[in-house]
Amino acid sequence: MSDQGMFGAKGSGDTSGYGGLVRTAASTGSSERPYGGYFDEVADDLERAYPDFADAIERVVVDRGELTLHVKRERLVEVAMILRDKLLFEMCLGVNGAHYPSDTNRELHAVYPLLSMTHNRRIRLEVSVPDSDPHLPSLVEVWAGNNWNERETFDMFGIVFDGHPGLTRILMPDDWRGHPQRKDYPLGGIPVEYKGATVPPPNERRSYR
Amino acid sequence: MTTYSDPYASSRETTEGKVFSVTGGDWDALVTEIGATKEERVVVNMGPQHPSTHGVLRLVLELEGETVTELRCGIGYLHTGIEKNAEYRSWTQGVTFVTRMDYLAPLFNETAYCLGVEKLLGITNDVPERASVIRVMMMEFNRISSHMVALGTGALELGALSPMIFCFREREKVLDVFEIISGLRMNMAYVRPGGVAQDLPAGALPKLRETVKELRRDFKDNDKLLIGNTIWMKRTEGIGFLDLAGCTTLGITGPVLRSTGMPWDLRKLQPYCGYEDYNFDVVTANTSDVYGRFLIRMNELEQSLRIIEQCIDKLEKLEGAPVMVADKKIAWPSQLALGSDGMGNSLDHIREIMGTSMESLIHHFKLVTEGFRVPAGQVYSAIESPRGELGVHLVSDGGTKPYRVHFREPSFNNLQATAAMCEGSLIADIIGAVASIDPVLGGVDR
Repeated sequence: MSDQGMFGAKGSGDTSGYGGLVRTAASTGSSERPYGGYFDEVADDLERAYPDFADAIERVVVDRGELTLHVKRERLVEVAMILRDKLLFEMCLGVNGAHYPSDTNRELHAVYPLLSMTHNRRIRLEVSVPDSDPHLPSLVEVWAGNNWNERETFDMFGIVFDGHPGLTRILMPDDWRGHPQRKDYPLGGIPVEYKGATVPPPNERRSYR
Repeated sequence: MTTYSDPYASSRETTEGKVFSVTGGDWDALVTEIGATKEERVVVNMGPQHPSTHGVLRLVLELEGETVTELRCGIGYLHTGIEKNAEYRSWTQGVTFVTRMDYLAPLFNETAYCLGVEKLLGITNDVPERASVIRVMMMEFNRISSHMVALGTGALELGALSPMIFCFREREKVLDVFEIISGLRMNMAYVRPGGVAQDLPAGALPKLRETVKELRRDFKDNDKLLIGNTIWMKRTEGIGFLDLAGCTTLGITGPVLRSTGMPWDLRKLQPYCGYEDYNFDVVTANTSDVYGRFLIRMNELEQSLRIIEQCIDKLEKLEGAPVMVADKKIAWPSQLALGSDGMGNSLDHIREIMGTSMESLIHHFKLVTEGFRVPAGQVYSAIESPRGELGVHLVSDGGTKPYRVHFREPSFNNLQATAAMCEGSLIADIIGAVASIDPVLGGVDR
């Protein structure tokens, strides 16, 4: 995307003077115990119920009062099964993708918010896959309701969910090319003329970071 | 086999079998022709434009006689790319986009989004109490207007025309309330990160009290029309069955989940916006059918009115309190005001930035064009919308625009239950089952 836009700004277009403060979204380290609240209990329970915890869980992040478990993709289904059956996370609230082109070999992330109605708790699973091999095991067998959500994430990010009963596009037309929510996919748009002046489409305007 | 060619009801051979196209006109020829085939199994395409599919929803039905053996939904007809667009606008501008997703519950979309942004900023506890009370009041009014459409169109789709007239009469009263407070009847972008766009206008509270009284009186008309009505009961009782296990595995929330007897309501269990300070009951049913969901929506109206009355009491005590966070690096600089030509910029504010304070002008300019920065990270925040858990997953890279905005729309997840509710039932009962899910396709497709 060009950093030059309708006001003729050069370079980054950042006139705030704080351009150096920009951080990348994916670079949060792991948290140390104690995690606080019920998070320690969830981690303890999972470690007890799942002997391969140390191998399967790459990072545990507690941020803004939310617990995120970063899971290796090979272990995702096992971890999900244990969380559902032993820790009583009965409900998975879908899956959401995110594309971090700068996070080499972990470009595509899938995020699963889980809800335990029994304990009134929430946690989040996060899995990352490289852009060159965008395959993830499907969780439809664990939570049937993930069916449409996985189709949406496939549609929007191109993450292929192996074992999904019918992985087709869901929101875009069947013959659509590309995956619109990826960062390398342009927003598109046309310039708009108003009273003689032309306003460029949103993705070509001057952009603050 | 006849070589009949009717432009409105023609047939052609394909590899999958014979395909009949019906676009209106003479059905007799078609019925005769279908009757002549040996095939019992018929695949029918219903929608996307169909008066009883509750929106632009396409249903593909496999029928044996009148029994549905398989059902699949086709969605995506209202996909607008709101999530993608939000990545190219400031955090505040995002409100204007997300309010248009589930167009029957705009205030819920806005509040869920703003709670997410506030959580990312770490200012959840700094939002003034008056702003939270206004949010709660607006959301509960919105719940009423949304349930009114659910009940009215649901009844209409099953052939009961009168409830729709009454429901839309009540909905108009609620939309009038929105117009008084925000200046708009729909898609009002009223809730903003840090508070609400503007304070209530003078004299609004007595008018709101009046509206609550009228609504409570007029809801009785619908009660009389539908509760205990024999025809209505026959069309809804035991229809669209889905039990608790089905709901949890399919991720179903809202009235459909509560119709299984599960008192799951985020307002009670994971309170936000100060819901823990209000007295109200979680309405449940134990029939797991369309009638149960209908009764839940009817009874939730009264609970919403109870909450609104408590909000009005609180607002009277909080007269003159701020409705936006005190942090001037986040708070929207301009407050709107009612002028001679309608809602617009506050003249006092214009006078200040143009006449007296250059710093105010710079501040206004920076916040409006560039916006505020949000520390890097991700959050998930969820609220109880009229249709269930409305969750928003926000990712920030530390910039002035969202890195990723994703909405966990209850309509999207709940619509998946259609097949589980309808396979094995009669084709006529699909309509009632879909109406009891109350999907809003703008929210499903986003």
